[in-house]
Amino acid sequence: MSDKKSEHFDLIVVGSGPGGYVAAIRAAQLGLTAACIEKDELGGVCLNIGCIPTKALLSSALLVSEMAGAHKHGIIAKDVSFDLGPAQARSRQVAAQMAKGIAHLFKKNKVTHLRGVGRLKGRGKIELETEGGSKTVYEAKNIILATGSRPRDLPVLKIDEDRIWSSTGALMQEKAPESLFIVGAGAIGMEFADVYNAYGSKVTVVEAMDRILPLEDAEVSSFMERLYKKRGMEIHTEARFKKAKTNKHGVSVTFEDSKGDEQTLEVDYVLSAVGRVPNSEDIGLDSVNAKVDEHGFVLVDRHLSTNVTGLYAIGDVAGHQLLAHKASHEGITCVEHIAGLGHGTVDYDNVPNCTYCHPEVASVGLTELQAKEMGYDIEVGKFPWAAIGRAVASGHSDGFIKVIRDKQFSEILGAHIVGPHATELIAEFVVGRHLESTVEELEKAMHPHPTLSEGVAESALASLGRPIHI
Amino acid sequence: MVTKVHMEALSPTMEEGQLVQWLKSEGEEVSSGDILAEIETDKATMELVARGDGILRKIFLDAGGVSAVGSVIAVIASADEDISGIEEGSDGDGAQQALPAELSPETIQEPEVETTSEVSATTQGTGSVKASPLARRLAAEMGVDLSAIKGSGPGGRVVKRDLEGATTASSTGAVTTMWASDENEYEDVPTSQMRKSIAKRLVTSIGPVPTFYLTVEVDMNRVIEARESMNTMLEDDGYRISVNDIVLKAVAAALRQHPNCNAQWHENFVRRFNAVHLGVAVAIDEGLITPVIRDAHAKGIMQIASEVRELAGRARTKKLMPDEYTGSTFSVSNLGMFGIQEFTAIINPPEAGILAVGSIEESAVVVNGEVKVCPRMRITMSCDHRVIDGAQGARFLATLKSMLEEPTAILL
Repeated sequence: MSDKKSEHFDLIVVGSGPGGYVAAIRAAQLGLTAACIEKDELGGVCLNIGCIPTKALLSSALLVSEMAGAHKHGIIAKDVSFDLGPAQARSRQVAAQMAKGIAHLFKKNKVTHLRGVGRLKGRGKIELETEGGSKTVYEAKNIILATGSRPRDLPVLKIDEDRIWSSTGALMQEKAPESLFIVGAGAIGMEFADVYNAYGSKVTVVEAMDRILPLEDAEVSSFMERLYKKRGMEIHTEARFKKAKTNKHGVSVTFEDSKGDEQTLEVDYVLSAVGRVPNSEDIGLDSVNAKVDEHGFVLVDRHLSTNVTGLYAIGDVAGHQLLAHKASHEGITCVEHIAGLGHGTVDYDNVPNCTYCHPEVASVGLTELQAKEMGYDIEVGKFPWAAIGRAVASGHSDGFIKVIRDKQFSEILGAHIVGPHATELIAEFVVGRHLESTVEELEKAMHPHPTLSEGVAESALASLGRPIHI
Repeated sequence: MVTKVHMEALSPTMEEGQLVQWLKSEGEEVSSGDILAEIETDKATMELVARGDGILRKIFLDAGGVSAVGSVIAVIASADEDISGIEEGSDGDGAQQALPAELSPETIQEPEVETTSEVSATTQGTGSVKASPLARRLAAEMGVDLSAIKGSGPGGRVVKRDLEGATTASSTGAVTTMWASDENEYEDVPTSQMRKSIAKRLVTSIGPVPTFYLTVEVDMNRVIEARESMNTMLEDDGYRISVNDIVLKAVAAALRQHPNCNAQWHENFVRRFNAVHLGVAVAIDEGLITPVIRDAHAKGIMQIASEVRELAGRARTKKLMPDEYTGSTFSVSNLGMFGIQEFTAIINPPEAGILAVGSIEESAVVVNGEVKVCPRMRITMSCDHRVIDGAQGARFLATLKSMLEEPTAILL
């Protein structure tokens, strides 16, 4: 609170992604002097080269796929063609706009943006290296590391962003290639598969696990796999990626399919979507002896504190689920702990998972298999969107909503949605679980008609064995 | 920035705290994280940590004084800040004026929310209890009276975790009160001048906790037999009892007979606990933590076994609540599984004793003039000499040894 504001802060956050910028703003709200170190645009991967621009592209992809049925709505469009270029430009514009929004929020909350690369230099000290190479040491009573993660680089698939892309490369294309080969069928792989498939690329996906979207309920995975195959995608699960060789015209890729046969394909481009690794190497952890686990994630306790007093880590660099909303939650929890506002913790069992492909996929809590493995006596309710008026009226009635409840106490153990606006609808289950509602509360709360939310109530009823509309 | 120092809820069941001593005095500079004072809670003496930087400008609560959780007991501020509006116990308007302008009234109220979050389930008018739907279902199935449960949710709402202990009658504060309802938690025995002088001289000689060690070797034949027959009985249920589980049970039973070893040093008195809350040292990646088996004396071996496993599991994933690793009255550390035959353990203050359990080794012993091979285990007790004298510790170990050599004695 002194005149040396620019030199000494109550809190310095390293990184301005959804963990870092939220932590900095919350700290400012609580009266702490806060600074946020960021070398690139504010907003981190999420806003600039992650969640937000991908969602812009996926909105475009949805429109493209809707055109096939446009005539049913009386839209007679002849000679329709699709060009990824303008959609890509729009996605960049959206990202830029959102990043500007963070700058505005920083200004409003008096958070100082320190532009450059931050590295720990001993306890409570951070060295800022600007683009020009000048170095300044700042002091802070508390430091939060929110340096995020980056795409994992496989030794057999070196990302060059030219022929072999990470998600970043996949976001920057102005033209959909004729063929795209995607390694990894998690959320990132499948979202890009969705976009490029819509814009006309021949998409092939290989996944090492036995199903696509392997973190989701098995029924969800198999439903999505059937649907994508119907759309012309080639999907190989239990496949082992072997090698990629870049040549003049594209890439020659080799993988071993589930039968153990080696296949080689000539493709234009390859997207590597095999997970992410923490940005924990070049941030000066050694200078304070902060500990990391065997994968490089910074070790933290329930209050996001590292083993070093006054040093915290949140978001991807601190492990758990690598998700923006988890990072933001950790940011708030961590700052409130620093400010002495008690002992809140993050509920890692109630983190929703979302994949924004079409139809959307969202879930929270346990899958059916996990619930069984944990020894719960369960009832599963499954309700198809085809029986919900609003879904049929909107022309999006693929998919289902599935609820897993504990038979004895009716606790909502898990919810899994494939279908229209699944990523919005999942929030009702998250709130329900947070408040410890049982399935009965969900069913008894009146849902407006006609809406997709009726599906939530019907799935709850289905788990009790008494759905109305099936 | 003005930081009000509150009497914090240092244990989940704490309603008020007694100030044992200030470790900082008025006028002294403090930084966030410094230990300001020692507070005696209903469970243990805990450290009160500074939540802000500046000078400890004003102390409202003197050593020995008692204050309710949430009340202001001191003020930290820079030398020139106006703190005249802040009064003991107050957390109202006067204080707000002294806070920086950028703090909105909404922000200032937030600590209030936090301090009320630990109160017992608030009854509303007609006697209904704030509880989540899931908690209501659990309570109904278990036949637990919700109004007797302390809620840990916002505003004292009873949530699932508050009842989880009730299922296994384990570790939450709520259930502890149900257990110990007809029995005093502990008895404070005033310290005589002789005791005080012994204590003082011992501390000068050896350090803050004057420790001595007693080792005894135990014949484990009967424990091993008992374990085998118990495990045979439990085979169908999928439970497993370990030797350590039986040792824990025996320690708890022996401590009930020797309350002078189940005690704490408090300068002016020695606190002897009636209930045995056993701390069980668990190795985790970053060190160790001592989850607590509450009321171990009143629990069966099977229940102790399942609680140890459950608590140790969560200890390893860092998911223990503070009340699950605080408030033990005696601890046990077992390194037998690492092949350690004998060791001394460091006392976990303010407890007065800890038992170090070694491995079971086959050794040749003379029984009735004949050499026999027997499974033997060495146990070493570290004693706080201010509380426990050599002969008292030895008597406790003799009881424990006889219980382990004849496990049916545990049942007496």
